[in-house]
Amino acid sequence: MHSVGMIILQRLGLGLITLFVVSVVIFAAVNLLPGDFAQAILGQGATPEAVEAIREDLGLNKNPFVRYFDWLGGVLTGDFGTSFAQANFAEFAGSDTGKGGIGSVADQLRPRFANTLFLASVAAIISIPLSLTLGILAALYRNSAYDRFINVSTLSAISSPEFFLAYILILVLAVINPVFPAVSNVYDELTFWERVNATMLPALTLTLAVTAQMMRMTRASIINLLASPYIEMARLKGLSPMRVIIKHALPNALAPIINVIALNLAYLITGVVVVETVFVYPGIGQLFVDSVKIRDIPIVQACCLVFAATYILLNLTADIASILSNPRLRHPK
Amino acid sequence: MSKQELLLKIRDLKIEGRSDETWNQIVNGVDIDLHKGEVLGLIGESGAGKSTIGLAAMGFTRDGCRISDGSVEFDGIDLVNADAATKRSLLGKRIAYVAQSAAASFNPAHRLMEQHIEGPVQHNVFSASESEKDGIELYRKLRLPDPENIGFRYPHQVSGGQLQRAMTAMAMACRPDLIIFDEPTTALDVTTQIEVLASIRDIVEQFNTAAIYITHDLAVVAQMADKIKVLLKGDEVEEADTRTMLSHPKEDYTKSLWAVRSFQREQKPLADKGETPVVSIKNVDAAYGGGTVKVLHDVSFDIHAGRTVAVVGESGSGKSTTARCITGLLPPLTGTVEFDGVTLPADYRQRDKDQLRQAQMIYQMADTALNPRKTIGEIIGRPVEFYLGLTGTAKRKRVEELLDILELEPNQYIDRLPSELSGGQKQRIGIGRALAAEPKFIICDEVTSALDQLVAEGILRTLAKLQDEFNLAYMFITHDLATVRSIADEVVVMKEGRVVEAGPKDVMFKPPHHAYTDLLLSSVPEMDPDWLDNLLEERGVDNIGDAASSKI
Amino acid sequence: MNTLLWIIGIVAALMAGGWLIRTLGRAIDLPSRQANIYFRDMPYLASVGLAVGIFAIGILIYYYFLSPTPFFVWAVNGFIFFAICAFIFRFIGRVVGTEGSKKLFRQMPLTASFGILIIIVYAITAIFAGIIAPYGQEEVFAKANVLPGGDPATGGDPEHILGTDPIGRDILSRIIFGAQNTVGIAFITTCLAFLIGTTMGFLAAIKGGWIDQLTSRVVDALMAIPQLIFALLLMTIATAWAGSNGFLVTVYMILIIAVLDSTRVYRLSRAVGLNIVVMDYIEAAKLRGETLSYLVFKEILPNAFAPLLAEFGLRFCFVFLTIASLSFLGIGIQPPLADWGTMVKDLSAFINFAQFSPLTAALPLMAAGAIALLTVGVNFVVDWMLQKTSGLKE
Repeated sequence: MHSVGMIILQRLGLGLITLFVVSVVIFAAVNLLPGDFAQAILGQGATPEAVEAIREDLGLNKNPFVRYFDWLGGVLTGDFGTSFAQANFAEFAGSDTGKGGIGSVADQLRPRFANTLFLASVAAIISIPLSLTLGILAALYRNSAYDRFINVSTLSAISSPEFFLAYILILVLAVINPVFPAVSNVYDELTFWERVNATMLPALTLTLAVTAQMMRMTRASIINLLASPYIEMARLKGLSPMRVIIKHALPNALAPIINVIALNLAYLITGVVVVETVFVYPGIGQLFVDSVKIRDIPIVQACCLVFAATYILLNLTADIASILSNPRLRHPK
Repeated sequence: MSKQELLLKIRDLKIEGRSDETWNQIVNGVDIDLHKGEVLGLIGESGAGKSTIGLAAMGFTRDGCRISDGSVEFDGIDLVNADAATKRSLLGKRIAYVAQSAAASFNPAHRLMEQHIEGPVQHNVFSASESEKDGIELYRKLRLPDPENIGFRYPHQVSGGQLQRAMTAMAMACRPDLIIFDEPTTALDVTTQIEVLASIRDIVEQFNTAAIYITHDLAVVAQMADKIKVLLKGDEVEEADTRTMLSHPKEDYTKSLWAVRSFQREQKPLADKGETPVVSIKNVDAAYGGGTVKVLHDVSFDIHAGRTVAVVGESGSGKSTTARCITGLLPPLTGTVEFDGVTLPADYRQRDKDQLRQAQMIYQMADTALNPRKTIGEIIGRPVEFYLGLTGTAKRKRVEELLDILELEPNQYIDRLPSELSGGQKQRIGIGRALAAEPKFIICDEVTSALDQLVAEGILRTLAKLQDEFNLAYMFITHDLATVRSIADEVVVMKEGRVVEAGPKDVMFKPPHHAYTDLLLSSVPEMDPDWLDNLLEERGVDNIGDAASSKI
Repeated sequence: MNTLLWIIGIVAALMAGGWLIRTLGRAIDLPSRQANIYFRDMPYLASVGLAVGIFAIGILIYYYFLSPTPFFVWAVNGFIFFAICAFIFRFIGRVVGTEGSKKLFRQMPLTASFGILIIIVYAITAIFAGIIAPYGQEEVFAKANVLPGGDPATGGDPEHILGTDPIGRDILSRIIFGAQNTVGIAFITTCLAFLIGTTMGFLAAIKGGWIDQLTSRVVDALMAIPQLIFALLLMTIATAWAGSNGFLVTVYMILIIAVLDSTRVYRLSRAVGLNIVVMDYIEAAKLRGETLSYLVFKEILPNAFAPLLAEFGLRFCFVFLTIASLSFLGIGIQPPLADWGTMVKDLSAFINFAQFSPLTAALPLMAAGAIALLTVGVNFVVDWMLQKTSGLKE
C-alpha cells in the first residue's frame, strides 16, 4: 500500500502545482490587456482623475507580483474581487469593495455555480448509466447491425455543434410538442421537480453530446479488454458468458470506465457554456459569456479559475481512480 | 481403460479466416486421431495453422475464423454442431487449454488460486476447499516453490516460468481427458523452459492425460510427444510416431526441417597472438539512466577479422547492451572500444564517417529495421550514396550487385516495399544495407530468432558465405545455442552483465565448464527423444532451471 | 399511472416478441447453415434487441406517414437522399478512375463515401461561393424579413428563395458565403495549428532532453484549462486589443485557436514521433551519421503521414466547432462576414414559428445543420481511415 499512497500523493501534489500554474497563466493573460482596467471600466471619455481614483482603489499602481499574490490570497479566502459592471453600477463610491459587498464576484458566482452543478448532475445522472449500458452492449455485439447503428449515430452526435442539438430538442420537445420549457427560468423558489423540469432541455442537450462520446469510449475500452488472452482463457474454461463478463471483464474494466466518466464530466463543464446561453440558464457558463462580452475582467478571471479547477479536479480523480483499480499497484511484489 | 480407446477424432477439418473482407481457407482438411493418454505433437512453421487446429479441437474458433467443413468428435460428441451449452460443459472440465503467454492469460485482478478453483467449482467437479487442497498438491507436483502460499499471490507477483506451471496446474484442476498445450515454453528462457517441460511431461504421464502439444521447436516436441504430425500452410505433411519420425522422415519438407539442425560450419583456428583484433572491447562498464542502473561489469573480449564471435546468454544478460557500447549508442562509463587498434570515440556522434562505415549492424526484427515507406533500392542505395558517393546509374548498379550477392533477383525486388517481402527476404535486405557500407565488422543481433528454422538456416548460410568472401568479422548475439553451434568460431557466455566464460567453440562445447555455461548448454533440448530422460537422470530434478541457476 | 401501464405493456410485448422471434427462427429450417446456427446460439437478450429494433423501425414508418409537422419527413427524406447520393458516388468511384482509386472505393463503407462526397461539395461551394451565390454577402435589400419558400402568397419572394434576414440580406447567399468564411477560416486555423504542433512535437520527440521537458510542461499547463474557456478568456483580451476592428478580431481568433489547438497536435505528433524514433531503422540511420533534417524529412515524416492526416481531420472538426461556438456566442467571426455560427444566433428566434411556418423555423436549423453535416462527413472519413490503419484489431 505504501507505494500506492506515494503515487497518489505525488499526483495530488502535481494537481496543486498545475492549479497554481493555471492561476498564473490566467492572471498573466488578463494583464496583457492594453491600457488598464481603470480605463476599461470607465470607457474612453473618463476624466483622468476618475481613472486615477479607480487605479488607486484597485491597487493597479502596485507591481504585478504583489497584485498577483493579493489576488491569489483573495481567491483562497473566497474573495474574487469586485465586478466591474457592478462597480460601475454603484458609481464606484470607493466603498463596499471588500468581501461580501454589493459588487462582490463571489456573490454572483456562488448561486450560479450551484445552478450549473445542478444542471451537470442531471445530465450526468441520465447519461452515465445510459451510455455505459449502450456502450457495453455495442462492445458485446460488435459488428452487428446494432453496433453499426450506434457507431453512425454517435459519430453524428459528436460532430454536431451543441447549439444544433439544442435547437432540435427545442423544436421537438418545446415548440411542436410542448413538454418542457424552451427557456430555463430557474430561481430559488422552485420546488425540486419544477427545477428538474426547467432544467430538462439543457440537460438533455448535454446528455446527447456526452452520451455519444462516452459510449464510444466505453465500447472501445471494453472491446480492447475482451480481446485480452485472459478473457479467451476464461471462455476456454467453459464459464458462462455472464460469468466471463462479471467475474473476469468487469474488475479490469473498472479503471477504463471510471476514466471515461471523469473525462466526460470534465467535458460537461465546458459544454455548459454554449448550452446555458441557448437556454438562458442562469449558470456560471452564461455569466462567463456575458462577462466576456462586456469585458468584466474580475468575473472572467474568476469563472476561468473555477472552470479550470473543476476540470483539473476531475482529471485528477480519473488518474487516481485508475491507479487504485490497478491490481499491479495495489499488490506490489 | 485401454490405450486404444479413441478420444478425439478430427476428420477433414477445414477452417477459414477472414481478411480483406473475404474468407480464405487457412486449414485445408486435416485429420487427427488421438487415443486416451496419448500425446500428439503438432509442429510447423508460423502460419501453418497449428494454434487454429488446437483451438478447433476444443470446438472453439477465434473471432474472424470459422470451421467451414469437417468434423471434430470428442469422445463421440460432435463439437462442430454442438450448441454453446454442451461445449461449455466440456471445456475446462474434460478439455483444458494451456496458452503460450501465461502472464497475459491469467486475469490480473484475481489471485492464482481463485482462478484455479473456478473451473472445478463451476463444473461441479470439486468443492472450493477440495479444489484448493488439490491445487496445492498440484503445485507441489509441478515443483513450484512454496506450494502452500504461491496460490495466494497475484499473477504479476509470480515469475514467467512459475506462471506457466501454475497454468498447467489450472488446466489439470478438473482432471481433464485432454489438454491442449499451445507453445507453452516459447516465451521462456532455455534454463526455465527445461523445468517447465519436465513438469508438464511428468504430470501428463501421472494422470494419463491425452495432450496435443503445439510447438515450432522440433527438439522440444521430441521430448514431449508419442507421435508427431508435421503441418505446412494448413496442410498435413506427414504423421508418425516420434522415433520413426526423427529417424526416418518420409517427406522432403520434413527432411529439410530435420536437416536444419545439421548445418555446421567448419571452425576456423584462433587468430595469431600478435594479430591486431578488428574490434577489441576493453574493461567496459556501462549503465542506463545516467549511471544509476549498472548493466555491464568489466566486459572484455576481442573479435578478429574473418571470425565469428557468438555472444550468448539469457534475456537481460547484457548482450545487446554490449553491442550498444560498441556502436556508440550507449557510451560506456569506463573502458574503451578499439577498432583496428585505434580507440573509438565513446559517442557515435563524435565518430567520423569512416569509423561509422566500418562497423555495421543487422537487427533482430526486420520489420522495424527497414523503413516501411522506402523501396528496397532506396534502403540499400542510401549507404552506397552516403559512404561511397555513388549516384545515378553507378548507385543502381551497385545495389543490383548487392541484391545478386544476396540471391535476390534485382529487377524483381529493387522497386518493392519491405511489406511486399517475406520475413527471410526482409532480413536479407537488412544484411544488404549493412554490406552496402563495405564494412569490416558486422554486429548480428539475434538475426535469426524471429525466423522459421528453414529460413533462418538460409540466412546463416548467406552470412557464412559473405564472411568468407569479404573476410568480415561478426559479433553474433543470440540466445539459441543451436545457432552458436552451427556458425560460431569463438563463444562468449554472459550472465547478469558479466562475461562468465569465453573461448573457442570446440573447447566451450566440451566439459568441464563454469557452472552457468554448463547449465546453459545442458538446457538446450536436443533432437534425441531420450535427451530429457537422460538429463534428468544425470543432473537430478532439482538441479535444472531456476533452482539450479539460483545456486550459481 | 396510465403511461406507466403503457410502458409496462410495451416492455412485456417486446420481451414476448423476442422470445417469439427466436422460437420461430429455431423452428424454421433456414436455407443457410450460418443462419440456423445464429438462431440456435442466440442469447435471449439479443432476440429482445431484435424485437426492439423491429418495433423502432415500425414507429419510424408510422411517424413518417402520420406526423403532424413536416420536419420528420424532411429529415427522413434528406437521409434517404444523402444515402442514395453516397451510393451513386461510390458506384462511380468503383467504375471510374485508376486501379488504386477503384480498389479504395471497393473497400469503402457507405459512410466514408458519404463523407468524401460532402467534403468535395463543401470545398466547391467554398471556393466558388462568389459564382454560386445569387447576391453578395453584404448586399442589403429593401425587403427585410421575407419568408422563405419563394411563394408571394405566403409572404415569400421568388428572388429570395430562402427569404431575407431582419436587415434585408439574402439568406441563401449568406449561407453559401458562410461556407467560404466559416470553412475557410477553420481550415487556415487548423493548418496553422498543425504547423506549430508538428514542428514542436517532432522536435521534442527527436531531441528529447530539456527541449522535450520544457515544451511538454508548457503544453500541460495550457491543456489544464478547458479549451473553449481559455479561448473565451483570450478573446476577451483580443477584443480589447482590436477595439472595433472586426477584421483584427477574426485574425486574433485564428491565432488564439491555432495556438490552443496546437497543444493537442503537439501531443499526438510527439507520441507518433517517439514511436518511430525507437525503430531500428532510425537507429541505423543515426549510426550511419545522417543529419537531423534527413532523419525528419526522409525517415520520420513519411511514416507519420497517415496518423497525422487522420488527426488533421479530427482537429479540423474541433476547430470548426469551436469557431462556430464562438461565433454563436457573438465573440467569433465578426460581421459583416457571413458565417453560420452567427447566423444560427441571429435566426434562432424563428424556431418558435414551427407550428405556422415550418420552413421559417427550419432556417436556423439549416445553418446549424450545415455545420454539423461537414463535421459528420469529415468524422466518417476519419473513422474509416483509423479503422483501416488499425487493421484487423477488431
